[in-house]
Amino acid sequence: MPGKRPALGFTLFYLGLIVLIPLSTLIAKSLLLSWDEYLAVITNKRVLASFRVSFAASLIAAAIASLFGFIIAWTFVRYPFPGKRVLDALIDLPFALPTAVAGIVLATIYQPGGFLGKLLSQAFGIKVAYTPTGIVIALIFIALPFVVRTVQPVLQEFDATMEEAASTLGATRLQVFLKVIFPNVFPALLTGFALSFARGIGEYGSVIFIAGNLPYVSEIVPLMIITKLEQYEYAGATAIALTLLVVSFLLLFVINLLQYWVRKRSGQL
Amino acid sequence: MNAITYSGPAEQGARSRISLGDPSWVKWGLITVTVGFIFLFLCLPLAVVLVEAFAKGWQAYGAELAQPDAQAAMQLTLLTALVTVPLNTVFGIAAAWAITRFEFPGKSLLTTLIDLPFSVSPVISGLIFVLLFGAQGWLGEWLREHDIKIIFAVPGIILATLFITFPFVARELIPLMQEMGSEEEEAALSLGAGGWKTFFLITLPNIKWGLLYGVLLCNARAMGEFGAVSVVSGHIRGLTNTLPLHVEVSYNEYNFVGAFASASILAGLAIVTLILKSILEWKKR
Amino acid sequence: MSILLSNISKNFGDFAALDHIDLEIPEGELVALLGPSGCGKTTLLRIIAGLEQPDSGRVLLSGEDKTEQHASHRGIGFVFQHYALFRHMTVFDNIAFGLRVKPRKERPGEAMIRRKVHELLQLVQLDWLHDRYPDQLSGGQRQRIALARALAVEPSVLLLDEPFGALDASVRKDLRQWLRNLHHELNVTSIFVTHDQEEAMEVASQVVVLNHGRIEQQGSPSEIYDHPANAFVSKFVGQTNVFHLDNEDKIWLQHAGIVLDDPEALTAHVRPHDIDIEKNADASSSPFTLKDWQHLGSAIRVELAREVREQGKLAPVVYAQMPNERFKALQLAKGDRVALRIRHAHWFN
Repeated sequence: MPGKRPALGFTLFYLGLIVLIPLSTLIAKSLLLSWDEYLAVITNKRVLASFRVSFAASLIAAAIASLFGFIIAWTFVRYPFPGKRVLDALIDLPFALPTAVAGIVLATIYQPGGFLGKLLSQAFGIKVAYTPTGIVIALIFIALPFVVRTVQPVLQEFDATMEEAASTLGATRLQVFLKVIFPNVFPALLTGFALSFARGIGEYGSVIFIAGNLPYVSEIVPLMIITKLEQYEYAGATAIALTLLVVSFLLLFVINLLQYWVRKRSGQL
Repeated sequence: MNAITYSGPAEQGARSRISLGDPSWVKWGLITVTVGFIFLFLCLPLAVVLVEAFAKGWQAYGAELAQPDAQAAMQLTLLTALVTVPLNTVFGIAAAWAITRFEFPGKSLLTTLIDLPFSVSPVISGLIFVLLFGAQGWLGEWLREHDIKIIFAVPGIILATLFITFPFVARELIPLMQEMGSEEEEAALSLGAGGWKTFFLITLPNIKWGLLYGVLLCNARAMGEFGAVSVVSGHIRGLTNTLPLHVEVSYNEYNFVGAFASASILAGLAIVTLILKSILEWKKR
Repeated sequence: MSILLSNISKNFGDFAALDHIDLEIPEGELVALLGPSGCGKTTLLRIIAGLEQPDSGRVLLSGEDKTEQHASHRGIGFVFQHYALFRHMTVFDNIAFGLRVKPRKERPGEAMIRRKVHELLQLVQLDWLHDRYPDQLSGGQRQRIALARALAVEPSVLLLDEPFGALDASVRKDLRQWLRNLHHELNVTSIFVTHDQEEAMEVASQVVVLNHGRIEQQGSPSEIYDHPANAFVSKFVGQTNVFHLDNEDKIWLQHAGIVLDDPEALTAHVRPHDIDIEKNADASSSPFTLKDWQHLGSAIRVELAREVREQGKLAPVVYAQMPNERFKALQLAKGDRVALRIRHAHWFN
């Protein structure tokens, strides 16, 4: 097969130029920091609070998106109903819609005078926009397609005769779901959850408009990086960014480990 | 002689597998939840974009879009996509070719590295270019001496977008070309076709829908990227604002019609992307 | 448990999968549902199991009407064509499944379950695989585990969908014998679906031949083989030569010893082993020459070419079968003209 040298050469060159060299600047820059300097940045109360907000909001959003994402994937795979194909295509909207647009729209809908904001505050006294709840809402929006698109193909390919087998063995419908269907879909659901979580921690555009960005309350980590940058505190921005990056990579590593473990457990390796 | 041996597959056909049926209250309950959730989280935002964009009528909408800053933002967005999408497409094809057609040490590491930008926060994607090319960056001094501007200028926006959209085409093509295998290409080569001929006559027709799919997603992200671009752009009106940044600036200045008018263009782009995506997914099958 | 199906019909869209089926299966039989692809045999099996609802008709088990009853309450063991083992469970957990999902009051204790599962694993001779996952097993092993799983709930009827369909030829032979012995041991009413007539004849005590959603014949293997009810059964079960009668045929058939006493019969079906041949026939009484022969182990199959008057028409081949010794004694060479002796024929119109 021809073209090994040019194809591989160009791939490596371009990868180095666009991805590896810029990314390694981050690591090189953070190596200039001493451990004490690094700790001073990271343990700053406002920074710590932002990590807490980002992690908590991402976790809650990933959990909610997992629940509804599973229901949506299940409905799409199992039940025919009119308009299904359009709704199915629409699931990818958060992938396709620029995050800034999502951000201003969600802020508009959930602000105190907004369509749902007004409803929620009058009916239940819940304030969404400019609170951590708003961050969760934005992150659910972002997370939804990750969950649906990882669970849906697994449900689609699920061998329905397994359900019939369980049924002939005397299992009730609920038992079939809990003991046969769910365990087989769980790894995909977990992957969708983890992907949403990882994406949520780094998300910026869709969150900042609805978050209100109150220090200690609704400031997210990516915003802290930008704030530091705007104050020309490059060292601080680098330290926070590196921490965030390491956490995301750890998460992805854990996802891969989990998938390996699940495959091994069910004898597919 | 009429000895008949039937060895066809077991009976197929639509089955009415009753044991798979859920009680109808469960079924309709779940359908209601699904439709409700999608309406609330996906349809409502789309509708609100339009409502807000036309809140003061057609004329205000048109005026906002005709504004020089909005026009400049659209042009910059188009320029960015025009530069980044072809570059990443060429890269995607080269990478997929190298990974699926040859054996070499470190192949799986390379595949992982290609996906790397997906797991980096957009803000960090912008930050790394500031650290490299910014005033206090590694090359900041040298760039200033030679009077080259990258950060807070168009090159920075293009670089950040290249980074963000880097994996799209490659990641679409690699599994596709893996599945396709190289038998057909080897046949073409053995029949005397050259490398380029083989690629254009054999490989490309096989991967075209997947390639277009990757290009489509790459383009959508290139035109819509916000976080990374926001870090490197400096928000200079009329010069370094892409359309998503123009949305932000207008919104923060309480020019809601302006913000949503630009947003409606981007939302339209998203809808077109989704429609083309559905068509391509259907074609890919 | 006896099974009675009355007037079962099932349509998939315009396609009639089952067309007014009446079938009675006495207790303790091992029945083969035999037929070509798409004849409705699997659908019939699924209807008995309650996995499919018939459009009309009733399903009676031991005289009780179970038509409306859900599959999980019918007490039927079902072995799926591709086994449908639970991939996320070990072999042990797969077999224990049916016991563990019983309502609390009926559920045996964990120790009891363990004993029962190991008994079943010993029955299928796979106790050493108890902690493996289905993906780690061979096809034949999966088949036996699927059977053990179905037997765990002590079903009163065992249904098997193409039980040997997905297996290698050599494994298939062994498992057929094994299934017969197992049925002998357990004596549970069993029905299996197959498209392989050899398999049906070898394993079953009763064979039901289906075609186009209708039952063509039901009977013991020897009844089906020796007294086929119609042309379809005759052709589908075993090998058959078919002779369509015209004037030309009449002459040599009479020479071959056939009595043409039924004027309505139009085709004669003759099994290869019902044809004997003689050497040095004269051209007027026999249009056959020896074309080729094959060793089938204990017997020889002889291919006879028939002369055709009209040019360009493909010569139909007739097959005869005889013991090796008989063939040796005849001392035939290719191209020899031979006469046929037909011992027995089935007539259909």
